Amino acid sequence: MATVRPLRPPPPIERDPALSDRALDNLRFIRETMERAGTFTAISGWGIAAVGLVAMAAALVARGRPTVAWRVETWVTTAAVCIALSLGATARKARRSDLSMVSGPAQKLALAFSPAMVVGALLTAALLRIGANDLLPGVWLLLYGTAVVAGGAFSVRIIPVMGLCFMVLGAAALFAPPVAGEWLMVAGFGVLHVLFGIQIARRHGG
Amino acid sequence: MARNAAAPDPRGGPRKREDEKEPLRGVRGKATEATPGTLDRLIHERMRLGIVSALAANESLTFNELKGLLQTTDGNLSVHARKLEDAGYISCTKSFEGRMPKTAYALTVAGRKAFERYLDHMEALIRAARDA
Repeated sequence: MATVRPLRPPPPIERDPALSDRALDNLRFIRETMERAGTFTAISGWGIAAVGLVAMAAALVARGRPTVAWRVETWVTTAAVCIALSLGATARKARRSDLSMVSGPAQKLALAFSPAMVVGALLTAALLRIGANDLLPGVWLLLYGTAVVAGGAFSVRIIPVMGLCFMVLGAAALFAPPVAGEWLMVAGFGVLHVLFGIQIARRHGG
Repeated sequence: MARNAAAPDPRGGPRKREDEKEPLRGVRGKATEATPGTLDRLIHERMRLGIVSALAANESLTFNELKGLLQTTDGNLSVHARKLEDAGYISCTKSFEGRMPKTAYALTVAGRKAFERYLDHMEALIRAARDA
């Protein structure tokens, strides 16, 4: 088919405020659509794997602690270290991939992830107060899994799968004999993190 | 040549009205590049702008994902996606997931360039208004 050439030269960019408003509106629409469509892909697989290794080391340390309170303290401290570690690794990957840590998908991920974690912290305090320490592994695994499933809805598809695995282990820990609780924590916070972390790193660039 | 691809509209009116007057039909051939100062009418239409924007943020999206994201009907989405596909801006891959047919769309190199040109054009309009 013949190419149609315009008879007149292209018109210059118009200096019309209404046109500029429409252009702004279009850009806003594009940004919002891209944010809604985008998933937060900067979750660091290597960061998650590192969290798993730290959790395994923490399990060893916790086993050597003489009292339950000290063991819980070890795990709580480890959780804080792991959160910082994975945030740092994710921020690094986001910078490398030129992604924002405060983009729409990242904010949604954080908002979906947080409630179950807050509930976990409150339940931990309440269960420790009544001395129901045996329930802690199940509650931690279940609520962490719930947080990962919820947050993972805004990230790559493998993340919610990891969350489901945590929930399965948590359900098992709730009804398993107390001695199995620690091993299930190692299987979840240690082994699952390492396995899924490596998979995420391989499939999603680090 | 694509009838509505990159064609300058001297009236500057919204393309949507034209689409409403005439039945939507497939556009054959590749889209020509918009010259500087002209608006790519093919992308400018809201639904097609939404499709291109969503695909710019993802490697590919399925028909259902796009439909949910843009809150539109099957018919509307398929008509606009076909226009972009015929113009060479997006590619369409049909496959089966189990027994369910799956249609996935992705932005082509030409589509990404056209999208970037469109963004440049919008920014130029804003700059021109500010400088005035």
